[in-house]
Amino acid sequence: MIPRPHLVRAIALLVLGLLFCVFPGCSSNDADKNENQIVLTGSSTVAPLMSEIAKQFESLHPGVRVDVQSGGSSRGVADARRGLADIGMVSRDLKAEEQDLTAFPIARDGVCVIIHRDNPVASLTDDQVVAIYTDRINNWKDVGGADAPITVVNKAEGRSTLELFVGHFQLDNKQIKADAVIGDNEQGIKTVAGNRHAIGYVSIGTAEYDATHDVEIKLLPLAGIAASIENVRAGDFPLSRPLNLVVKGTPTGIVAEFIKFARSRDVNQIILEQYFVPLSQ
Amino acid sequence: MSRSRSDVALVWILRGCGLLTGAITVVIVGFLLWESLPAIRDVGVRRFVSDQSWHPSAGAAGGQFNLVPMIVATALATAGAVLLAAPLGIGSAVFAHFYAPRQLRHTHGKMIELLAGIPSVVYGLWGLVVLVPLIARWHPPGTSLFSAIIVLTIMILPTIALLAGAAFDNLPSEYLRASAALGLSRGRTVLSVVLPASRSGLFTAVLLGTGRAIGETMAVLMVAGNVVQNPTSIFQPVRTITANIALEMAYAMEGHRSALFVCGLLLMGMVIVLVGFAEWVSQGRIHG
Repeated sequence: MIPRPHLVRAIALLVLGLLFCVFPGCSSNDADKNENQIVLTGSSTVAPLMSEIAKQFESLHPGVRVDVQSGGSSRGVADARRGLADIGMVSRDLKAEEQDLTAFPIARDGVCVIIHRDNPVASLTDDQVVAIYTDRINNWKDVGGADAPITVVNKAEGRSTLELFVGHFQLDNKQIKADAVIGDNEQGIKTVAGNRHAIGYVSIGTAEYDATHDVEIKLLPLAGIAASIENVRAGDFPLSRPLNLVVKGTPTGIVAEFIKFARSRDVNQIILEQYFVPLSQ
Repeated sequence: MSRSRSDVALVWILRGCGLLTGAITVVIVGFLLWESLPAIRDVGVRRFVSDQSWHPSAGAAGGQFNLVPMIVATALATAGAVLLAAPLGIGSAVFAHFYAPRQLRHTHGKMIELLAGIPSVVYGLWGLVVLVPLIARWHPPGTSLFSAIIVLTIMILPTIALLAGAAFDNLPSEYLRASAALGLSRGRTVLSVVLPASRSGLFTAVLLGTGRAIGETMAVLMVAGNVVQNPTSIFQPVRTITANIALEMAYAMEGHRSALFVCGLLLMGMVIVLVGFAEWVSQGRIHG
């Protein structure tokens, strides 16, 4: 069958159109360095909070677009350094070798140990947590629970929650004998909620929210201090961290304005709704 | 046939399309090679099989880069899923084609197509909140090679069933008529005529299902437990290569990142071998 000329022309136009869409696309990266766009990348703990703050900021500044992408604190640091992002999100203190960046703390968060709600264990000492994570204790009956093997849930390499956890308990990730390795907090909570004999650690904000919304998990106290937003705010909870916005050099223009807004009292409500602890009073 | 100008144009456009599609594959392989070169250079190929474990974030000097447990996990999960899904998928296609009443066959076909269309993350979520707790009650921790095999089986089942059905459709109708003329029963026809005659089509179906199982990421990531180890039991957690990339890529820097591209390259190699094999089979050599 011989195709009719106008059909051929239509196909030709379509293909050419596609080609033109693909190739000039390569150069459009330069265009997003405009004044009205702010790009944030980094910590998956901070990203949901910043998305909410960004929405508020956008409604106050028509025409401004704030693009929030998660990917971990390390990505936040790297992207802020290389200029791939205007602001990096980092859910920990800056390290000594990262002092070329300026950090603006916006809130605090804690990391807590969680177990299944039906697990009778009410608390664990630091030594017991270490023993469980290094497989020296592998049965709940050794720490006052039922006779059942412990399912140890660990975080994947590179996550700041993991760094905070191993740092606090002075563990090396290579020593940890995990039964499950998870990505984000939500996956960790679902894993523990679905397994009566599991133990894991996640961000307090997410854990407290889910525990009060009928998810079957229980937050364990650490060194006798209850894992709660209140104790993180008071600075009592041992396993807590700052949530930072980091920039290279001094922020100017719309970026500076955004950082100022994110640290202002106006966003306290948003921070509380996400179960983080606001810093400005 | 005279070649009008529009014909010439069409031929060139089609050549262009062909070139572009081919070029994309070459570009991807080239990109994978380029990105994984630093790791291959700094770490060396040997350490990817001889290191103690997988702890890449400390960089080439301090880290450990053993990929073998993940290759084993990928192979086991894929093999398990294919062993379960191939008989189920081919069986359901046989049922739909030769036994089911017309109306049921139609409904069955639509159901299978629907099953093939569900996004993998949905299977993963179902696996995480339903399947894993169920298995955990029976054999903790629940997140395991076993869960991965079950979820993968459900995911590649429709692929195999649909392609097996297509293979049966392609069967010359004389075969069936000849079989009927010989007075063979329906069961005998299926076993002695249909299955042998569509053998290469069935092999292709299974191989494409295998390809899907190897490449599946999100669902496996959510149910397999992701512990890097050589499993000694089917109820132990494992980490597949795809899950490894998905789990760590967003957080990986420099040497770690490059090591993940080595994983990607490895995966690409596996799929190329598989596609090559499928090509070889579908050329009818399996009949020989």
